[in-house]
Amino acid sequence: MRFLQQLFTIFMKDLRLEWRTREAMSAMLLFALLVLVIFNFAFNPDREMVLAIGPGILWVAFTFAGVLGLNRAFASEQENGCLSGVLLTPMDRGAIYLGKWLANLCFTLIAEAILLPFFVLFFNLSLTTEIPPLLLVCLLGTIGFTAVGTLLAAISANTRLREVMLPVLLFPIIVPVIIGAVQSTGLILNHETEGLTSFIRMLALYDVIFLVTSTLLFDFVLEE
Amino acid sequence: MNQAGGGATGYAVEARGVAKRFGRITALRSVDLDVPRGGVTALFGHNGAGKTTFLRIAAGLMRPTSGELKIAGLDAHKEAAAIRGHLGVVSHELFLYGDLSAMENLRFYGRLYQVDDLEARCEEVLTRVDLIHRANSRARHFSRGMAQRLAIARAFLHRPDILLLDEPYTGLDQRSVATLNELIEGFREAHHTVLLTTHDHHLGFTMATDIAILRRGEVIHHTPAAALSREEFDALYEESLQ
Amino acid sequence: MRLERLHTAANVATAIAWGAIVWALYMVFHFVPMERTMGNVQRIFYFHVPSAMVSFLAFFICFLASLAYLFTRRRGLDIAAQASAEIGVVFCSVVLITGPIWAKPIWGIWWTWDARLTTTLVLWLIYVAYLMLRAYLPEGSRKANLAAVVGILGFLDVPVVYMSIRWWRTQHPAPVIMGGKGSGLAPPMSQTLRVCMIAMLCLFIALLLRRIVVELLQDEVDHLYREADVAPPERG
Repeated sequence: MRFLQQLFTIFMKDLRLEWRTREAMSAMLLFALLVLVIFNFAFNPDREMVLAIGPGILWVAFTFAGVLGLNRAFASEQENGCLSGVLLTPMDRGAIYLGKWLANLCFTLIAEAILLPFFVLFFNLSLTTEIPPLLLVCLLGTIGFTAVGTLLAAISANTRLREVMLPVLLFPIIVPVIIGAVQSTGLILNHETEGLTSFIRMLALYDVIFLVTSTLLFDFVLEE
Repeated sequence: MNQAGGGATGYAVEARGVAKRFGRITALRSVDLDVPRGGVTALFGHNGAGKTTFLRIAAGLMRPTSGELKIAGLDAHKEAAAIRGHLGVVSHELFLYGDLSAMENLRFYGRLYQVDDLEARCEEVLTRVDLIHRANSRARHFSRGMAQRLAIARAFLHRPDILLLDEPYTGLDQRSVATLNELIEGFREAHHTVLLTTHDHHLGFTMATDIAILRRGEVIHHTPAAALSREEFDALYEESLQ
Repeated sequence: MRLERLHTAANVATAIAWGAIVWALYMVFHFVPMERTMGNVQRIFYFHVPSAMVSFLAFFICFLASLAYLFTRRRGLDIAAQASAEIGVVFCSVVLITGPIWAKPIWGIWWTWDARLTTTLVLWLIYVAYLMLRAYLPEGSRKANLAAVVGILGFLDVPVVYMSIRWWRTQHPAPVIMGGKGSGLAPPMSQTLRVCMIAMLCLFIALLLRRIVVELLQDEVDHLYREADVAPPERG
């Protein structure tokens, strides 16, 4: 119970800070929108091609935007040494990780929800029955990369050049999540059902693995 | 949280051979120090002597490489969570979120400290540091002095009985100095403990009941302040700078 | 003294590695007959495979040392993790360079995104990032902890990466290029491979010990500076 209260306190604090500044959200949205536009110029895709490369473009936009958000997540904690202040309180370290992770997940999902209609619009897709499975894949993929991302953001926040360090650390590690997410998005857009459930199951498995490993390792990140 | 638990000894902080090394740096060689309960102990030393490292270890922010440390009679490593409620910390870092208001900052920390009467306590504390009229402005818009007073409020919000102050007077404006002095005075009256580091030996000497001098990661002198005259102390302090 | 013993060990290992390398070169360029279909280029196999093996071993050691570091906080383990990762990246680079040189004349392509190649590349990227992190972390009490966390996470990720790529590729069948590993290797060839593996292993051990000694010496020098109360010179 105390654990959940602490987790919720951290989570609400992050939501409030983001609501005040809107720094992470605006950066994420604008950047991801630019990715969609640039890729459109780069490939000038026809309908066939959109179905082939669209999923990749979508997840490049999502993960790049996600990295921007994750980078912000520990910037507010570094300012004035707030993270040390939180560590002075008798709170569970795992609650810090899960609270920060939930906040990041929340921001990234909101950004994705806004971006998805633009993606449909720019690439002239018409989605109907595909929407529920697509949302599920977005949720699972985002859980996966924000879970590791929150851990690695806490690490890279300690370095010079943290904006560069986070993607360099994160992208090789989340290769499995990207494969799973892009493949299942592709299957959904192409109305193929074969193999989809196993891809989704694989994504869910990664989420569990990454979330558990990151929770266990987070304690060591905070300790000096 | 008003009574330091389990304490058979009269010491709030007991350090035995506390050392901290990281990478190729030795920050603290070996500190033996007993901080008596109910007193104000001042830890002197020049930059790099290890004052801040020792205080961070005492605050539970850093884990010593070796040695034993007891805070309020509790083992610093095994009972870390229980100790945190006893400690109030003021350092040169303010621990404040710039985009939260004064009240929201206190409320946030108060929840993590599990303060019972949170709203009333936050208001009481803000009144004591004379910030109640700015309770709803963001910390980012505070002057340096106001932010420091808010940081002091944050430190005693949860009614700690051991106060750790790291160079508390550095860069403080007059009003904040008065607030801090009141707080220390209050601690002394309640027979709580204060451990502060400073390189300002005039200020430190006037308020301390105990004096410890740290040099190159070791305590080289530790005496009650009453046992020393001002001149003797100055001589000792000079010696530690050699 | 520990440092002196390690230094002697490094010297002995270097001497052995020299001998083993000369022996391996003799085996590769003189003893082993030319492969009938692939020709001379096949000889790169004797460097490629042992390098892959050694790089994987190096990353495994980095993982173990990182894990042990988090439990014991011993400086030596932090140094071992760093040294092992550095050498692992070198050998992994050798794998990634020799691979395409061998592949081009045989398969007709430099690169293919199959599970083994892709995993090796991802592995290389993870440990280059690990070394970059070490370089950018400020010297302080957090550095070793943070590096160890990445050292552990990175290694645990490797089987996950491998499985996911293999799984993805079997969904979209790609040409199977490598036969069963080492299948139908003629006796002189497998002998040569074995010698090369021993030589690479010796080289790895020699480099690892040498790197650890250098780092410990660095610590010693810093310690002496501090004792003498002199600021150590800035190191780049």
